[in-house]
Amino acid sequence: MKREDGRAVDEYRPLEIKVGIIPNANGSAMVKMGKTVAIAGVYGPVEFLPKHKQLSDRAVLRCIYTMAPFSTEDRVRPGPSRRSTEISMVTANALSPVVFLEEFPTSVINVFINIIQANAGTRTAGINAASVALADAGIPMRDLVASIAAGKIGDEYVLDLAGKEEEATKADIPIAYSPRAKQITLLQMDGDLPPADVKKVIELNIKACEKIYETQKTALKERWKK
Amino acid sequence: MNIQKEFILRCVEEGKRADGRGLEDFRKVEIEHNPIENAEGSARVKIGETDVIVGVKLGTGEPFPDKPDDGVLIVTAELSPIASPKFEPGPPREGAIELARVVDRGIRESGSIDTKKLCITPKEKVWCVFVDVQIINHGGNLIDAYSLAALTALMNTKMPEYDGEKIDYSKKTKPFPLKDKPIAVTVCKLGNSLVVDPSLEEEEHIEARLTVTTKENGNVAALQKGGGPLSLEEIEKAIALSVKKGKELRSLL
Amino acid sequence: MSELLKNEREIVVPGEEIVKSMEFVPGRNCFREGETIMAKKVGLVSVDHRVISVVPLNSPYIPREGDMVIGEVVSIQNNGWVVLIDAPHDAFLPLAGVREYIDPRKVPLSKFYSVGDIIYAKVSATQGRSIYLSMQDIKAKKFRGGRIVKINPAKVPRLIGKKGSMISLIKERTGCRIHVGQNGKVWLEGQDAESCIKAFGVIEKESASEGLTEKIGKLLGGAVKKEPITDEALKEPEKEEAKV
Repeated sequence: MKREDGRAVDEYRPLEIKVGIIPNANGSAMVKMGKTVAIAGVYGPVEFLPKHKQLSDRAVLRCIYTMAPFSTEDRVRPGPSRRSTEISMVTANALSPVVFLEEFPTSVINVFINIIQANAGTRTAGINAASVALADAGIPMRDLVASIAAGKIGDEYVLDLAGKEEEATKADIPIAYSPRAKQITLLQMDGDLPPADVKKVIELNIKACEKIYETQKTALKERWKK
Repeated sequence: MNIQKEFILRCVEEGKRADGRGLEDFRKVEIEHNPIENAEGSARVKIGETDVIVGVKLGTGEPFPDKPDDGVLIVTAELSPIASPKFEPGPPREGAIELARVVDRGIRESGSIDTKKLCITPKEKVWCVFVDVQIINHGGNLIDAYSLAALTALMNTKMPEYDGEKIDYSKKTKPFPLKDKPIAVTVCKLGNSLVVDPSLEEEEHIEARLTVTTKENGNVAALQKGGGPLSLEEIEKAIALSVKKGKELRSLL
Repeated sequence: MSELLKNEREIVVPGEEIVKSMEFVPGRNCFREGETIMAKKVGLVSVDHRVISVVPLNSPYIPREGDMVIGEVVSIQNNGWVVLIDAPHDAFLPLAGVREYIDPRKVPLSKFYSVGDIIYAKVSATQGRSIYLSMQDIKAKKFRGGRIVKINPAKVPRLIGKKGSMISLIKERTGCRIHVGQNGKVWLEGQDAESCIKAFGVIEKESASEGLTEKIGKLLGGAVKKEPITDEALKEPEKEEAKV
């Protein structure tokens, strides 16, 4: 199968990760995946107010995903949408398992994810950025989380769908993955696939996450090397 | 007494700033052109640690009834919590709204956009120009940063093709009808001195600020005073200073 | 003892395995799963006998009893002062924590500390979410004059150095008076404050590199001592015992 941009079916778009891009934040990162650009900033832990929202035995990881109005071809109206609210929630669920939240009872760790330019795969780019930003902030973690999506076009399993592939695919399955623990922390799908294919697509994603994980680790270390 | 405020004021009295700059010095200004491919024009401006991206999007819509053959300009701002621990999630409040309105007035009232050229069918269809900002880091002086980035983004804007029904964003060819280059410079009163480009820390301690948007010919297009009172003499000085600094910033474009 | 998968001082990130052996115990910023000890934070591996720990390169400030911190009074209650110390929770300086006896019915508390005052205080207790401060320490004071600069709280042990070697060097070479808060705030006063701030910048950026004390010595000029001050500070920046 020939892809629009000449990639192999199991190849993701060029990935670039930069750490420490927001001086005010405790931790931050920018992730570019092809033309998609996500930035993430971490603030906290800080006291979670109002008090009735606090958890007495651990911190709350609060993620807020937003898209810049100019990030897409058709301008995005500012303010939360149903889509962004859902992505915020699944992102928090994708990241929480690797964070030692029990070390900061009654606090909140705020993770803000802003999409600067959208061109497929914004939620996964956002998770990749947020995971690195959390580590950069010195938040204690069990592992990093890597994230990507894949699907099936014709008879082939295709990684990191972009452009017209998003319409051609039979399904779109994003995952987030903690490679050390081998745990999937986010899984969504829309489409139409037999169960065996779903498994194949997830496996393709996992392989890619392992590679993205290496890039994340390198980026975190590069920040401190002159 | 807050010793940090005392320190900042002591510096200013001695004719310099807490970070070693002169009273009338901007921090390092960096401009990146068109970082956003999905926008019709964009710019990233850094002033010291302040970092903003402005994108211009064009769409079509109905004109206002009182201006049936003028395009519509919409300038918005959100103080995104990613940029500062002091910004909270939620709908724009005073600070964001003022920021957007000051930048809006600078562009609108200077007559910088030839809105007649943005008319497609009078009374029915005109171009809508959306100017939006993503603040990446708030290091003080957001008004000037947004204003400079907005102007740069408008200068970089190309009109997409429109066949009467659909906009083809893949074909951006015609230049955007920009007639002037309005620049906002905010002069702040720190102690008894006037300074430009306040840092985040200085901003906390200013008595008053005056944003002056000037055109290429040196005329004033918009004013916005914030904070406490200013004397006429101070205002006169602030305007002269803004004209001077505005020229310097314009030369960077 | 050759089971180490990472060298000492090597940079690790969360989840990276440092050693697979029950002969070692996880110290600060490390955790164990099965036989494996792993890093919780981005930092440098430190091995002290059998204790593996990670010296973080960036970290939020989490107050501990005995810490000296620099904070700003942000509000006055009827039984004490709320102080902002850049920690997850605001700190509280109770009436019992000041040196003077105060009868709040007779004297307004703002006579002692008012909003905006910047103080050098000791963390006297941390009970869950509550952080209590005390001024009943010889070092505690309300600052007058000078200025505040911020540094990364994770770099404070580096700034202080082993037995205060680094901070003494900076004080000596610049002639500045300096008080370091564990929460990453530093008060300083003196003619050569700019050199101090330059030195802080180098310490923040290059805390991962070796020979930092020599570098700072050179930066600040003057004779460099024959006997180099070692960078052992890295090994014992923390007071807490290793968690076994």
